[in-house]
Amino acid sequence: MPAIEVSGLKKKYGDIQAVDGTSFSVDEGEVFSLLGPNGAGKTTTIEILEGLRNKDSGTAKVLGLDPWESGYELHKRIGVIPQGFKFLDYPTPREALSYYGALFGRKVDPDELLRRVILDDASNVWFQNLSGGQKQKLGMALSLVNDPQVVFLDEPTTGLDPQARRAVWEVVRKLKDEGRTVMLTTHYLEEAEELADRVAIMKHGKIVAMGTTAEIESKFGSGQRMVVKGGDDLLKYLRESTRLHAEGGAGSITIFLRDKSDAMVALGAIEESGAAWEDLTVRRDSLEDVFLKLVGEGGSIEKGVE
Amino acid sequence: MGFSLSRMVSDLKIYGKSSLRSREGFFFTLVFPIILILLFGAIFSGGGASQSTVYVQNHDTGPVGATFISALNSTSNYCSTSSGAGLCMRPVPADLNFSQYLSSKSASDGIIIPANFSLAFESGQKVNVTVFGNPSSTASAVVSGIVAEVVNGFNLHGATGVHQVGITPRTAVSSNYKYIDFLVPGLVGFAALTSPMFAMVNISSTYRRDKVFKLLSLTPLTKTEWLLSKIIWYVGTTAVSFMLMAAVGVYAFGAHIALNWGIGIFLVLGPFFFVSLGMLVGSVSNTPEAASVVGNLVTFPMMFLSGTFFPVSSMPKYLQGIAHVLPLYYMIDGLNEVMIYGNFGAAYFDMAVLLGISVVVFALAVRFFRWRED
Ligand SMILES: Nc1ncnc2c1ncn2[C@@H]1O[C@H](COP(=O)(O)OP(=O)(O)OP(=O)(O)O)[C@@H](O)[C@H]1O
Ligand SMILES: [Mg+2]
Repeated sequence: MPAIEVSGLKKKYGDIQAVDGTSFSVDEGEVFSLLGPNGAGKTTTIEILEGLRNKDSGTAKVLGLDPWESGYELHKRIGVIPQGFKFLDYPTPREALSYYGALFGRKVDPDELLRRVILDDASNVWFQNLSGGQKQKLGMALSLVNDPQVVFLDEPTTGLDPQARRAVWEVVRKLKDEGRTVMLTTHYLEEAEELADRVAIMKHGKIVAMGTTAEIESKFGSGQRMVVKGGDDLLKYLRESTRLHAEGGAGSITIFLRDKSDAMVALGAIEESGAAWEDLTVRRDSLEDVFLKLVGEGGSIEKGVE
Repeated sequence: MGFSLSRMVSDLKIYGKSSLRSREGFFFTLVFPIILILLFGAIFSGGGASQSTVYVQNHDTGPVGATFISALNSTSNYCSTSSGAGLCMRPVPADLNFSQYLSSKSASDGIIIPANFSLAFESGQKVNVTVFGNPSSTASAVVSGIVAEVVNGFNLHGATGVHQVGITPRTAVSSNYKYIDFLVPGLVGFAALTSPMFAMVNISSTYRRDKVFKLLSLTPLTKTEWLLSKIIWYVGTTAVSFMLMAAVGVYAFGAHIALNWGIGIFLVLGPFFFVSLGMLVGSVSNTPEAASVVGNLVTFPMMFLSGTFFPVSSMPKYLQGIAHVLPLYYMIDGLNEVMIYGNFGAAYFDMAVLLGISVVVFALAVRFFRWRED
C-alpha cells in the first residue's frame, strides 16, 4: 500500500483553481518532492493531505485514511511543518517540545530532539527571539515528536543559511534511513536532487512532470549540447557543411547533439571552419533547465502527464 | 476524541507561562487591577476614609451658628490630613434637602444647625441641633461624642449657664454603603470582562494568521480542552485581580467586603462567559479587523453601563434598561448582592442567568471556532 495516494484532486478558492486534478502516489519509505513556482498549488495539495483543508473533489489517502474525515487518527501518525512555521511567542524550544510530547502522550527527550536538528544551543530562548532558521528547526523537531510514519515538510529550508540547510538535509536523510515517508516542497532544485527519490513539478495546479530527476531530465531536457563562442560566420559554416541543428546569437552558438558521433562531427566542423572560436563546453539540461522550461512563461508545457 | 485532563493542563501551563512572560499579560493580570482601584478609589473617595466625613448644614444666619461650626472644626477637623482616623466637616448649602444629600453621598453622619439658632441662644431659649448618624457605626458614635462636647461647651459659656442647647439624634436614612463598596465588585467585573475579551479576540486572529490553530489541530488537543484551559487561566487571573483589588479597597479605602462562597461562583462564571464570548466573536468574524470591531462593539457598552464605575441604580432609567441586557450587569449585580448586602436570594437569579448564557455561548464558541479550513 502506498503511503500517499492522490487522484484527480481538485481545490478551488473563489475563481482560482489552486489544484486542478492532480494524481500521484508516494511509496512507503520514499522521499517525494513537490516543485513548482509560487502559487502552483503545492501548499494547498499538502494541506489537503494533512487534513487541514477539505478538497473539492478527487481522492486523497494518507496511510489509507481520508485526511479530512479521519484527521484526528491520522494526525497521531504524521508529522508536519507548515509553510512559514510559527509558534506561540514565549515558550522556549524545550518547553514547546515538552508541550507537544504531553499533547501526544509521549515521553520525549527535548534535548535529544534539539540536538538532532542542531538547535541545542538555543533550547532556552523564547520563540519570538529565535532566528528564522532556528524557528524552522524547531518546527522540524516538533514534527518528529510523535514518531511519525509520514512527514510533510512545506519549504523546510526557506530562509536558512547553507549550513542550517545541510543540517535539515541530514535530518531528512535520517528520516529516510528510518523508513519514514517524506513529502517535501522546496524552491531549491538542488535540494530536491539531493534528497528526493522522485519529484513532481507542478504548475497552475497540474503536475507537468514526474519521476526521478534523471527521468525528468532525459524526458524533458533537450539532451547534450555543445556551446561555443563564435560569430555568425561559424554558425553559417556549421549549418552549411553539416546536418547538425545549430542555433546562435549574441556571439554564442548552441549545437544540439543526438549522439557521440554528432559531437565528433561538430568538433571537426568547428576546426575546419577557420572561424574564430573559444570557450567550448558540452552540457546537458539540468533539473533546473527543465524546470524553467516547464514552468517558464515562454514555451511551457500546459498539458499534464499521467 | 475524548477529554484529556493532562492535555488540558499542559495547554494551561504553556499558555499561563506565555501570558506572564508577555508584558501585556503581566500588566493586565497584576498591575492594571491595582491601578484601576487606586485611581477610582482616590478620585471618588476623596482620598481618606469616607466614614470620617461629617456633613454640616447651617440654617442659622446669625453669629452663633458660625461659632458652633468653628468650635466643631477646632475640635476635630482632619480634612487636610491624609490620616483616615479623624473627622472631616464638610459644609452643605442651606437650600439642599439634607437627608437626600446625605444619601447621595452614601453618608450617614451629619449635623443640622436650625434657622433660629442664634436668636434662641441669645434670647436664652432652648434650642436643639440635629445629629444624623447610624447607630451601629463607630464613626457615628465619634461624631455624636464630638458634637456633645461642643454642645457642652456652649452650655457652660452660654448667657444663662443652663442647658440651653440640646441634641436631636436622628438615624440617617441612607444606608452605610459607600462608593468604594460598589467600586470593588464593579472593577472586579471590569477585569473579568476586559482581560479575557481582548485576549481571546486577539488570539483568534493572530493564531489564525500564524497558523497556530492549524498546528494545534495536528495534535490530539481538542478545541474543548483548549478553550477550557483559557477559561481556567482567566478564572485564575480574575481571582488574582479580585484579591488585589479587594485588598487595596479594604486597606486603602476602608471598603466593607463580605467574603463568602458566592463571590467564588461569580469569579468562575464571569471569565467562563467572557472567554467564550471573545472566542465566539473572533470565530464568527472573517478578518482580524472585523473581529476587533465586533469585539469593541460588544465590550465597550458593557465596560461602562454594567455598574462597573457607578452603581446601576444611580444611572438614568433608560440606561438601567440597557444595563439589564448586558451580561456583565449580572456578574456585577450578583457580586454586589453577595459582597455588600449578603443577599443570596437575589444573587441566585444572577448566577442562573450567567450560567445559562455561559453554557450557550461556550457551546456556540466550540461549535463555530474552527482550526482548520474547508
Ligand atoms: N486560503 C486561500 N484563499 C484564497 N486563495 C488561496 C488560499 N490559499 C492559497 N490560495 C491561492 O491558491 C493558489 C495556490 O496557492 P498555494 O499556497 O497552494 O501555492 P504554493 O505552490 O504553495 O505557492 P508557494 O510556492 O508560493 O508557497 C495561489 O494562487 C494562492 O493565491
Ligand atoms: Mg506553498
